[in-house]
Amino acid sequence: MTTNMSGKTAIAGLGITEMTREYIGTTEQVAVQAIRMAIEDAGLAKDDIDGLLVNAGVTNDISIGLQKTAGFRNLRLMNHMNAAGSTAGQMVHYAALAIEAGMANAVVCVFADTPLRGGSAGAAYGQIRNTRGMAGMGPAYGFFGANTGYALAARRHMATYGTTHDQLGAIAVSNRKWAEKNPRAMQRKPMTLEDYHNSRWIIEPFHLFDCTLVSNGAVALIVTSAERARSLKQPPAYILGMGQGHPGNPGRAGFENEMNTGAQIARGTAFGMAGIDNSDVDVCEFYDCYTYTTLVTLEDYGFAPKGEGGAFVQNGRIEPGGELPVNTGGGQLSGYYMWGMTPLSEGIIQARGQGGDRQVEKHDCVLVSMQGGLLDFHATLILSPHASNN
Amino acid sequence: MTTAAQTQPKPVPEPDESSQEFFDGAKRGELMLSQCNECKAWLHPAAPVCTECMGNDLGWAKASGRGTVFTFGVMHQFYHPGFTHELPYNVAIVELEEGPRLNSNLVNIANEEIKVGMPVKATFVDQGGGVFIPKFEPA
Ligand SMILES: [Zn+2]
Repeated sequence: MTTNMSGKTAIAGLGITEMTREYIGTTEQVAVQAIRMAIEDAGLAKDDIDGLLVNAGVTNDISIGLQKTAGFRNLRLMNHMNAAGSTAGQMVHYAALAIEAGMANAVVCVFADTPLRGGSAGAAYGQIRNTRGMAGMGPAYGFFGANTGYALAARRHMATYGTTHDQLGAIAVSNRKWAEKNPRAMQRKPMTLEDYHNSRWIIEPFHLFDCTLVSNGAVALIVTSAERARSLKQPPAYILGMGQGHPGNPGRAGFENEMNTGAQIARGTAFGMAGIDNSDVDVCEFYDCYTYTTLVTLEDYGFAPKGEGGAFVQNGRIEPGGELPVNTGGGQLSGYYMWGMTPLSEGIIQARGQGGDRQVEKHDCVLVSMQGGLLDFHATLILSPHASNN
Repeated sequence: MTTAAQTQPKPVPEPDESSQEFFDGAKRGELMLSQCNECKAWLHPAAPVCTECMGNDLGWAKASGRGTVFTFGVMHQFYHPGFTHELPYNVAIVELEEGPRLNSNLVNIANEEIKVGMPVKATFVDQGGGVFIPKFEPA
């Protein structure tokens, strides 16, 4: 017996705080601010909320204590979830499953992080956490931050398939073009491919403009039943498909996980549930902590054959007006960095048709991809303004 | 002339119970890796259980020290004062002929000369305080 979840639940509320490098309150304060915005956006009252799922960022400041801080009194479902950057997707998956199972009806999913506290943007991400035993080996060799692991993954792809800096740059330039149209984006100054090449090296093969920016802020959303979503204030973003893939990386001979992510696994589950194929996808919102992440994700969802992601992103294909719009809010590179909530929040906006200048006209099928670790964890959502793909 | 930044030490790993054999081997000039006594898989970094068969009967064995460059990068960003005078420096993942991959640095080669796939062999460098770590040079 199979149960089809497709179209049974929807995202009905979205709250996005200011995205900034400035101090705008403690992580708990911005988390609750985003939750309040999401509840108001949906047209619900605080007491309607009966589920709370929490995901802390690099600062790890929030957890189940948020129930008390926000004063929720009617929770039937709660958890602090962690699958790194892919958690936004998992929160929605488990919320939708719980709703369909009758365990809750209006579940808040929240992410909040405030890593920028006067130091450099990367400070919170580059800290040495442990020098004991094997854990001390990374810092001893000068492996710092997420930049190192992703740059080395990108190099493997470049060496294997001939992927070029111009191709990685095309992704950064596309993101910036989209960001120019998004009032919420943190970097909106026009960027050319030459600007990309001129940006300083962080770790070769990555320039500064290959790397995400870092933000203080919070995003919250509310998952509810499709039926209830229809009676609320906003156009529902129906959840047509859900999937996960967590291959990790064995780090040993015979594995090329740097170039083959969990998207390959998650895609099958999510596309199967939604009953779609690649040709049905109108908009892609991908986790893009680095330019390379977008490239490998396009390949792993099958939009380009393995190794040909570089050629795929050239000639404006993923830019405004292009054949496959990708990261329409500027993504993490130029928009804001709220881990998986960056692609997910923009996916909800596009599915609702509320993207303003950047709204993609045909947005019946929005693919949202969230990933975490060093391409270790992956979550997929297929969102749509329609409860059914047919 | 020596500046304060140039005299800052690099981070030195502190050998612990689970890694002592590795660091003792490095001091002798030998690349010691954890090896599963049940399925014979070579494991690095040393782990509490075998990632291949999930057994916990683990021992140590001497690896050849030979491998190839799986991937590499050249770091320009300042993170730690111990590396200031070496910027830009290389970081590399070496795939050993026994199977595991190690994070390391390549030495006795210019950053511009490094190629993915090139054969390398281990050499052992004092990181400070008598703690030696394996680095790799062209084979
Ligand atoms: Zn074993």
